[in-house]
Amino acid sequence: MSDTIILEVARFNPEDGGEPSYQSFEVPLRPDWMVLDGLNHIKDQLDGSLAFRWSCRMGICGSCGMMVNGVPTLTCETLLMNYAPGPVRVAPLDHFPVVKDLVVDLDDFLAKLQKVRPWVVRKDDFKPAREFMQSPAQLEAFHQFSLCINCTLCYAACPVSGLDPDFIGPAAIALAHRYNLDSRDQGIEDRLDIVSQHEGIWDCTVVGECSVVCPKHVDPSLAIQQFKLTATKEWFKSFLLPRGKH
Amino acid sequence: MPQYTQYQPKEHRPKMSAYWYLDNWHYLRYALRESSSFFVAYFCVLTLVQLAALGTNATRYARFEAFMAHPAMIIVNAIALAFFLLHAITWFNLVPRVMMRQILARPTPDIISSAPNYLVWFGATIILALFITGVL
Amino acid sequence: METSSHDILIIGGGGAGLRAAIEIAEQDPGIDVAMVSKVYPMRSHTVSAEGGAAGVAGKDDTIDEHCYDTISGSDWLGDQDAIEFFCNEIPKELLRLEHWGCPWSREPDGRIAVRPFGGMKKMRTWFAADKTGFHMLHTLFQTSLKFNTIVRYDETFVTRLLVEDGAVRGVVAIELRTGKIRAIQAKAVIIATGGCGRVFPFTTNANICTGDGMALAYRAGAPLKDMEMVQYHPTGLPFTGILITEAARAEGGWLLNKDGYRFLQDYDLGKPTPAPVFRSMELGPRDRVSQAIFGEFEKGRAFHGPYGDYVHLDLRHLGEHKIESRLPMVRELCLKYENIDPVREPIPIRPVQHYMMGGVHTDIDARTPLPGLFAAGEAACVSINGANRLGSNSLGEILVFGARAGRSAVESARNASAANETAILAQARDEERRVEERFLRRTDGTEKITKLREEMQRAMEKGCGIYRERDSLAESANKIGELRERAGNLALDDHSRTFNTQLTSALELGYMLDVAEAIVHSALDREESRGAHQRRDFAKRDDQKYLAHSVAHRSADGPPRIEYLPVVITRWPPGERVYGR
Repeated sequence: MSDTIILEVARFNPEDGGEPSYQSFEVPLRPDWMVLDGLNHIKDQLDGSLAFRWSCRMGICGSCGMMVNGVPTLTCETLLMNYAPGPVRVAPLDHFPVVKDLVVDLDDFLAKLQKVRPWVVRKDDFKPAREFMQSPAQLEAFHQFSLCINCTLCYAACPVSGLDPDFIGPAAIALAHRYNLDSRDQGIEDRLDIVSQHEGIWDCTVVGECSVVCPKHVDPSLAIQQFKLTATKEWFKSFLLPRGKH
Repeated sequence: MPQYTQYQPKEHRPKMSAYWYLDNWHYLRYALRESSSFFVAYFCVLTLVQLAALGTNATRYARFEAFMAHPAMIIVNAIALAFFLLHAITWFNLVPRVMMRQILARPTPDIISSAPNYLVWFGATIILALFITGVL
Repeated sequence: METSSHDILIIGGGGAGLRAAIEIAEQDPGIDVAMVSKVYPMRSHTVSAEGGAAGVAGKDDTIDEHCYDTISGSDWLGDQDAIEFFCNEIPKELLRLEHWGCPWSREPDGRIAVRPFGGMKKMRTWFAADKTGFHMLHTLFQTSLKFNTIVRYDETFVTRLLVEDGAVRGVVAIELRTGKIRAIQAKAVIIATGGCGRVFPFTTNANICTGDGMALAYRAGAPLKDMEMVQYHPTGLPFTGILITEAARAEGGWLLNKDGYRFLQDYDLGKPTPAPVFRSMELGPRDRVSQAIFGEFEKGRAFHGPYGDYVHLDLRHLGEHKIESRLPMVRELCLKYENIDPVREPIPIRPVQHYMMGGVHTDIDARTPLPGLFAAGEAACVSINGANRLGSNSLGEILVFGARAGRSAVESARNASAANETAILAQARDEERRVEERFLRRTDGTEKITKLREEMQRAMEKGCGIYRERDSLAESANKIGELRERAGNLALDDHSRTFNTQLTSALELGYMLDVAEAIVHSALDREESRGAHQRRDFAKRDDQKYLAHSVAHRSADGPPRIEYLPVVITRWPPGERVYGR
């Protein structure tokens, strides 16, 4: 087995007027190296101008998502060995505008995150002197959806996000759902108004790929389908009991 | 592409290919599942035609039967059936994606959520089969 | 040059920065508060904290006991007034986070669950499985989105503090996406940039932990306190340095040497018992446990691996259910990065640089000596951590002192006098010129960033490891001095404006070298052994001379000037640190 591997890395620098292209680098293939270690080898030893984001290198900060051989991947927790003998193609995440090399523009994603009101909304003035009681079962009800690290792999995997840039998208809807399911929250109506729009849950056609690529097993697809059910129930309720709004 | 001006980001916005659904198996399976609706509609129309023939007279129904026995129609219907099954199975399997996540604070195995659909399906199939074979 | 101005500017978008921002927005919606961070806030290193946050919760626990644990944990170098304030505030802060939606783990009846932690006499560590930092950071970030008054400059890299007439008046920063250099003015500035673990080669810290805020303050004239106090966490994965939380030991994990022996009993940390006992054995403080592991290395009772010696952290007897429910991330990390399952195999671990007890010198109100400048979190040194921080006190610290910094900054911004804008902007233009001439346009540099960084890290490991002595410290000090000179001659491949991460690496190297210099000289100067600072040549604690904080002032040329500031002692006179007996 060869002790090196070829990384074909997407390059794009808006300042040199060039079009996006791929550049090949030969990097050591070590058994405990992740794809990110390969990229860092390039940056440290071969070409310091390569731009990419990374930070925690332990799969929790969500910075280093990229397309690896066409699949949205967290590069800090994916072994280079998995792609031997190579070559491995590393590109910026699909469905996002590219700023430079492997860096994509996330402003739109952050705006969507804020739009779904991801915080505890209280309609009453109840301010308990101690904690809200929450049973382990109530915690379990939303816990999975609170594990999203905002790596945006799900957006890169979702063809709807690519076709309709206005789609609020998997991670943001999953986050809205996380607060809806939290026993401490009373903001479901506010979020329904925002998320049960066409660009919200109804844009999702259940491709399911978001849940496949999610490195934290959040299952955003599940969140969206459950949200659809909630929205439908609420719609029927408001239709049948117009004054029944609480 | 526009020219770069200093301090003004000039982002590259890749366009999705018109053939994006061929990009990977999951997308392709999705595209097939979506197109299965066409065959579901086809079956509905076919059933209506069959009912209309049945309601007109025996000759007309015999002609319908002869038409259905044509090898080309058998192939078409076999393909339609395959898509119909794909349609039914994918949607049945999606049930656990929307409901019955938890029974008694433990996550419900997917199979338990999907099972009622399959049970109803097989039950209905058996009753129909009994009808057709004349047992009922 | 683009300019903007705000009442208060926060540098850093981690736990402390976000807590400060929310505090300010809640205090007064009329205050214009901005936050500048070199990464999106939810990428900040708070995200990596695992075990939990300590705050008195149970009926059998008292604030005084938390104080005592923290003080003895600090080897009496913590300021007792600050510690008392901290221990009083933290339960309220943790409760506030609960009201904001933090998914704390629960007891069957719905109350907050607490777990034991190293060096703590009672169960008082609140936790969200073993992703406490992640959940706290995301809860804070998401809650901050509620406030439209908080302006964010995401992915914006601060290069300098603007100081006019003796007071801090804003910053110069590079907007990474465009390369635009901005002057952001403010009446008060809060530093919440976290630690500087990347000064060391083997660290749990993220790539972004480069001591930016410490160096910014230090260059602007605020001193750095207790910088020699560097915490080594006992349990890091070899090669990557990824942290295996102390909660693994709190839940009952054992440390074993190559003979399968619970060696901590040989280091005055108590007798082994099957179930964990507070302040004993594996629940000892981090400094003592790390030193014990190092002792096993020296005695040849450790395993030898490709990345150095290691010992075992054994969780097998906890069973799959407990590991999966209490320590899911430990399992996930071991499977991904070591290809072992802790349910079936012991985890190889070695001590790893983890935390800086030292930081920008502040008082109990998060004020630095420089008017208009505040600091909180790991970047700051109040000090509640003294010579050794107890696990689960840092997540509390970012909340308590983040909020405190917010309140102090509001007061300061309200009373700030009018600024001399012309002079401030002239300074900002000087800084813009420096960045362009020294880095962006320069083509005749010869030194490689990577090489200098590696040499610095090697020097720091050699001089400022778990055990230190004069000769190696002096050698490291010389090396750092040499590297600082050479860093003036960096060669960059990337001269573009757009997202130039090589430029930020170069600037970060400069910050790290400044911080490294403060660390190594503070360590050289403290001729005693206390907490995390262990000198082979001065093995005893010396309360006569060193019951005091080291305070390093930067000098224009040459090494820093080190002064000492007495520790605040209120009710707990210095005594022996007793664990396990």
